[in-house]
Amino acid sequence: MLDFTFKILVTDALLYLLVTAIIIFIVYARKHEHLSAPWRQIKNKKLAMSALVILGFFVITGFLDSVHIRQEIKIDNTSKNQQQVAQYSNEVLSLLDLLLTKMRQQTEKTYSAPFAINSFTKEVADGEQGKPVLYYPRLKYGGAHLQAQDSRIYDIGKRLLWALFWTLSVLVFCILLIAKITDSKNNIENKHINIATRLKNIISGNTNTPWLTILLVMSIPVFFISSIAELGPYYHIMGTDQVGNDVLYKSIKSIRTGLLIGTLTTLIILPFAVVFGITAGYFRGWVDDLIQYIYTTLSSIPSVLLIVAAILSLQVYMTNNPESFATLIDRSDIRLLFLVMILGVTSWTGLCRLLRAETMKLRELDYIQAANSLGVRHRRIMSRHIFPNLMHIVLITVVLDFSGLVLAEAVLSYIGVGVDPTMDSWGNMINGARLEMAREPLVWWNLTAAFVFMFILVLAANIFSDAVRDAFDPRLRKA
Amino acid sequence: MENQANNNLLEVTALKTWIDTEGGIIHAVDGVSFNIRPGETLAILGESGCGKSLTALSILQLIPKPAGRIVSGKVMFSGENLLEKSEQDMREIRGRRIAMIFQEPQSSLNPVMTIGQQIKEVIPDRKNKSSVEINKDIVGLLDSVGMSDSVRRINEYPHQLSGGMKQRAMIAMALASKPDILIADEPTTALDVTIQSQILNLLARLKKENNMSILLITHDLGVVSQMADRVILMYAGEVVEDADAVSFFDAPRHPYAQKLFLSIPDRSKRKKKLDIIPGIVPTYAGDYQGCRFSERCDKAWDLCFQERPQWRAQEKNGVRCHLYNNTLEPQETSDKNIEQGLITADEKQDKAETLLDVKQLKVHFPIHKGIFRRVVGHVKAVDGISLKIGRGRTVAIVGESGCGKTTAGKAILQLIKPSSGEVIYDGARLTKITGEELRQLRKNFQIIFQDPYASLNPRMLVGESIAEGLHALKLESSKAAIQTRVKKLLTQVGMPVDSYGRYPHEFSGGQRQRISIARALAVSPDLIVCDEPTSALDVSVQAQILNLLNDLQNELSLSYLFITHDISVVEYLAHEVAVMYLGRIVEFGTAADILDNPLHPYTQALLSAVPVISKTGNTGYKGDSQVLLAGDIPSPSKPPAGCHFHVRCPQATEICRQQYPAETKTGDSHTVFCHLFESDEQH
Amino acid sequence: MIAYIIRRLLYAIPILIGINLLTFTLFFMVNSPDDMARVHLGVKRVTTEAIEAWKTDRGYDKPLLYNYKESGIKSFSNTIFFQHTVRLFVLDFGRADDGRDIGRDIRQRMWPSLAIAVPTFIVGILLNITFAMLLAFFRGTYVDVWGVVLSVAMMSISIMFYIILGQLIMSKLWHLLPISGYDSGLRALKFLILPVIIGVVSGIGAGSRLYRTFYLEEINKDYVRTARAKGLSSLQVLFKHVLRNAMVPILTGVVAIIPLLFMGSLVMESFFGIPGLGSYTIDAINQQDFAIVRAMVFLGSILYIFGLVLTDISYTLVDPRVRLE
Repeated sequence: MLDFTFKILVTDALLYLLVTAIIIFIVYARKHEHLSAPWRQIKNKKLAMSALVILGFFVITGFLDSVHIRQEIKIDNTSKNQQQVAQYSNEVLSLLDLLLTKMRQQTEKTYSAPFAINSFTKEVADGEQGKPVLYYPRLKYGGAHLQAQDSRIYDIGKRLLWALFWTLSVLVFCILLIAKITDSKNNIENKHINIATRLKNIISGNTNTPWLTILLVMSIPVFFISSIAELGPYYHIMGTDQVGNDVLYKSIKSIRTGLLIGTLTTLIILPFAVVFGITAGYFRGWVDDLIQYIYTTLSSIPSVLLIVAAILSLQVYMTNNPESFATLIDRSDIRLLFLVMILGVTSWTGLCRLLRAETMKLRELDYIQAANSLGVRHRRIMSRHIFPNLMHIVLITVVLDFSGLVLAEAVLSYIGVGVDPTMDSWGNMINGARLEMAREPLVWWNLTAAFVFMFILVLAANIFSDAVRDAFDPRLRKA
Repeated sequence: MENQANNNLLEVTALKTWIDTEGGIIHAVDGVSFNIRPGETLAILGESGCGKSLTALSILQLIPKPAGRIVSGKVMFSGENLLEKSEQDMREIRGRRIAMIFQEPQSSLNPVMTIGQQIKEVIPDRKNKSSVEINKDIVGLLDSVGMSDSVRRINEYPHQLSGGMKQRAMIAMALASKPDILIADEPTTALDVTIQSQILNLLARLKKENNMSILLITHDLGVVSQMADRVILMYAGEVVEDADAVSFFDAPRHPYAQKLFLSIPDRSKRKKKLDIIPGIVPTYAGDYQGCRFSERCDKAWDLCFQERPQWRAQEKNGVRCHLYNNTLEPQETSDKNIEQGLITADEKQDKAETLLDVKQLKVHFPIHKGIFRRVVGHVKAVDGISLKIGRGRTVAIVGESGCGKTTAGKAILQLIKPSSGEVIYDGARLTKITGEELRQLRKNFQIIFQDPYASLNPRMLVGESIAEGLHALKLESSKAAIQTRVKKLLTQVGMPVDSYGRYPHEFSGGQRQRISIARALAVSPDLIVCDEPTSALDVSVQAQILNLLNDLQNELSLSYLFITHDISVVEYLAHEVAVMYLGRIVEFGTAADILDNPLHPYTQALLSAVPVISKTGNTGYKGDSQVLLAGDIPSPSKPPAGCHFHVRCPQATEICRQQYPAETKTGDSHTVFCHLFESDEQH
Repeated sequence: MIAYIIRRLLYAIPILIGINLLTFTLFFMVNSPDDMARVHLGVKRVTTEAIEAWKTDRGYDKPLLYNYKESGIKSFSNTIFFQHTVRLFVLDFGRADDGRDIGRDIRQRMWPSLAIAVPTFIVGILLNITFAMLLAFFRGTYVDVWGVVLSVAMMSISIMFYIILGQLIMSKLWHLLPISGYDSGLRALKFLILPVIIGVVSGIGAGSRLYRTFYLEEINKDYVRTARAKGLSSLQVLFKHVLRNAMVPILTGVVAIIPLLFMGSLVMESFFGIPGLGSYTIDAINQQDFAIVRAMVFLGSILYIFGLVLTDISYTLVDPRVRLE
């Protein structure tokens, strides 16, 4: 019998849907030259592939954090109640939470610096003569395994060496794996070669797909992960926040929030933007007028204010109907969903306008006219002739929008209309860090952690989206 | 070549310009040599992609960087090698000693600067001149290129000028410093034929007046014939023949040149198969072992495939072909005479049953204005045309851009809703039928478009494209049947069967046009509207498509409505011809009527504007025999009152300004809308 | 052109009605006038009479969208929606929930917003155009490559970091400028420098990268080749020909946001304690004052539409090909 049950949050379900959609798209793209050719071009670019590797780690983390379960509460068998009804905890945990159990549970009283073993703030204790003395108490968990005489640096160094060892092992394994599975297409000479030569090619960077770069870039997050595994249970790598939570744990948990906002928004807007854009541009007339009216109206409202108005309404609704939201996590999940939806509403208009304009150009093209003269029906013309020729625009927009949305989350959370304040997000972390900057000495690690995570994700996304745009936009390809 | 060196103004020697692409290095210009003498017009003739434009750009170091680079060669101009000059020094040459004009006057002028501002930049010594003097210079230049209203034009922007006027402005700019050489890169290709003849005459006049040399780059044998003193013919990055115009047109040496002449459609080849150059124009990638033309040459033998032919020259003329020895005498005379297949269609079938009857067809596009977008007028794109097409016949609609011929074609097929009039197809009133009923009728009439790149969906397999009509109209039931049918169609239009599973971008323009034809044929139509199907193609490929269309007509007894601006195509294949001007047909008759006995002054002007390939070469001014039309084509939104043509008509009288002429029958099959002939009938 | 502008302005009316309907629905979907009254009167003094009195006082005693009791035009006009919307159209924003006059607040707070937004905007545009031109001039070289990399990195940083780091370095560590605050008249200057610098720096990455693409697009056009064939130098080509054409997309993109400068920046103003419209909005959000939020939405929309019209007009100024009809 399972000792847990799955709990699928609404946003989880949408994320699964998105992943399914992406898989379907990949299968579709492999069969269509115009979609797979640009990807092959991206595959050979060092910078783009490095960015993709980094994004991959973020996505895996976010996905692990989106499989939620409720653990069974062990009921004492000796109790009189003999009926075995499985009872599940109200606490909803993700797979990631389980992996990081120690980091999650080891909370201190308040702030502590990275790798600290003593508290950040002084405490009053009774001295030897009964006089109160101020001192920095040892942390409950951070470095608790160390004896007084142990060197902290030595301990950390030792654990890091282990992390390095794990990283190298993974690296070697990956090189062997790649050498085994890559076919002859991947070396420049395009010849059939044995595995030893393939190995040599990979290591000397003599492959079409820049495997060497990919592996080197990959080793950074791998090292990071092994360091967490080695150090995480014993130290607060990035310190703790005001209420003693591990900052690194919070930063990692925030990945899911950032990813969901960046991806689900587009998932929600896509059908609307595509259907409205194409119908408006294809049929013109009153359909066009109506759709144009809708999106002009929506885009006229400054997006921040529309979000503000919408979230404010939601908040009012939530205060008025507290009974609809069973748990805290449900509540913050609904708020996240709502935020994603309203972000979608504010951002679909741009794509819709773009698609409409492009459709209007396409419908005048000869091959559409030819389809008309062959008696092809409108719906088929839109789906077979127009949509496939707009696909690249949709893709470029989706990828380009991602980083902007992740950045927007931070601003919105700061304004107070972002995700729920109880939810882990970089925006909330920055918002909290704002006051910490005024402290003396400075509490810098909260802000730094949020900055580093966010910067890496957004930078990787920006670099990747540049590559996607270059590969898919024929106008740029010409230049 | 060398003994003439002292006389030469510009000497290009072994010029190589390569272009880096993702697919590898393209040897776009591969060892090109030629000379220009003072006051001479040298034409570089070649099909698209032969490297002729890049050759010209290389002379001025204007090739697009960093993709393109000049690898080697010499360009000697007044004792200096231009290729060794720095960018700084080149600026003294560009525009001052060697000027250049381009194909697309539309995009070659800066859209946000006035004509005056753009010309001002090239006025010599302008720092020492007052603005009044500069203005005078500009007006003088504009006058010299025949720009009407020159004072007003100074403050106008390019978009306010017609295509011909823009090209005049470009020429004015090029002439500002009285250059020694004018490089004209396809200067008239984007222009209508009546405007083309204006510009060509202008260039010929300016050359004489300023004693300048012209390097004329073109693909049009007619233009070469009219303008050139010497011709160099390029193929795949190489010069294959260099000859004075007279001997080039009298007896071209290179098989490619010979073939080019044979593949041009004209009246003498009517009802005969055009001699074609098989294959496609190469994209000059990669290395060649033998002669670059060998794959398409029917005189090629083993040597041609193995060894690059040497340049054989005698005096001024030369050729790059294994057929010739050093004295330019053909070494082998095994000139396989191609049997000129006669097309069997009988001319006599004049009284064919009427398949399509168009009556007073009008397409008016409303012009909206004002706060409430009220309709204040109409662009009368098609303004009441009537014509009949018999079964198995070809009717050509001829006219210049903006005359409404394409709109007419689409309106006949109900792809654009006509404003009024009737289209009766085989008894069915298409203008009254809508929806499902019309959809079912569509299998009877199809269309082929001009631009082979826009006419196929790049995201659909060739097979899917062709099968689309079969699916939509449910003409074949099973998948297998459709596939068999599509493959048969591919064979029919001369495409390999394995094209089925490939995408359009893998094919050249001519091949795509074949695929488009297959797509139209798939639903077995009786009528095909051919909207300039060959005007985007090279001459050698055009001949292939025209032959295919001719074959299909004989096999399937198709009717064609052939929309074109190209008189030579009309001469070659049309049974009846309708000449359109500003939305109306001005003259209608059999091909013989129109071509031998054009009555309408516009038809006469149109026919005489076409550059004729003359055996004697350089015809220069055509003199009095040419009816040179003044002015531009008016806008169809505001056609002139009375006869639309009266503003340009050399024979216009008072009545022409007042009322539109009625239809006048001048023969069995010949009608004309002109006051000149009305009186004959009435009195 | 006049006709075109009038038509565009007339077209704004249905859009503004739509916006109002949207915000109105958004709010009253979750909130009834009774709820509002209860929240404002406090829990203790809630009596039916008090609620009714509060509602009558503020005009919330009518039906929301459609009045069944009235007939004809009045069934639409005698409603909360109509009464509250019509007033917005004459720019009467009514009163905030705490009774302050929103219109007066806006007029007052507009100036500090502009004091930051306008210099940020102008300096930003000039810098972006310059940097983009440099990148375009050095296209294909390492200057360009690293410039673009730097731009991408800079645009990957959230504006909040720029602000916090700026405050930390300039104010806390170096004590050059005050962290936050505002003063009247010229004394406001020292409070403005930091926000303006941060505003400009945070926008450079995205701006110069975008403008660079505009330049590159123009540089590949035929008329540039013509200009070179005329013997002009690269600098002349860039400044006289390319710049003027690239200004078309730049200017039209920029003009659209000019009216919105009035709205101020939410984040900037709240971080720096500037009493502008941005922080006004944030305060309203925190107090959940819907009247202010709705007023700001309406104002923002009007300014946006105004920006669109300005964009169209600016097209005719920079691009002779465009004529408004």
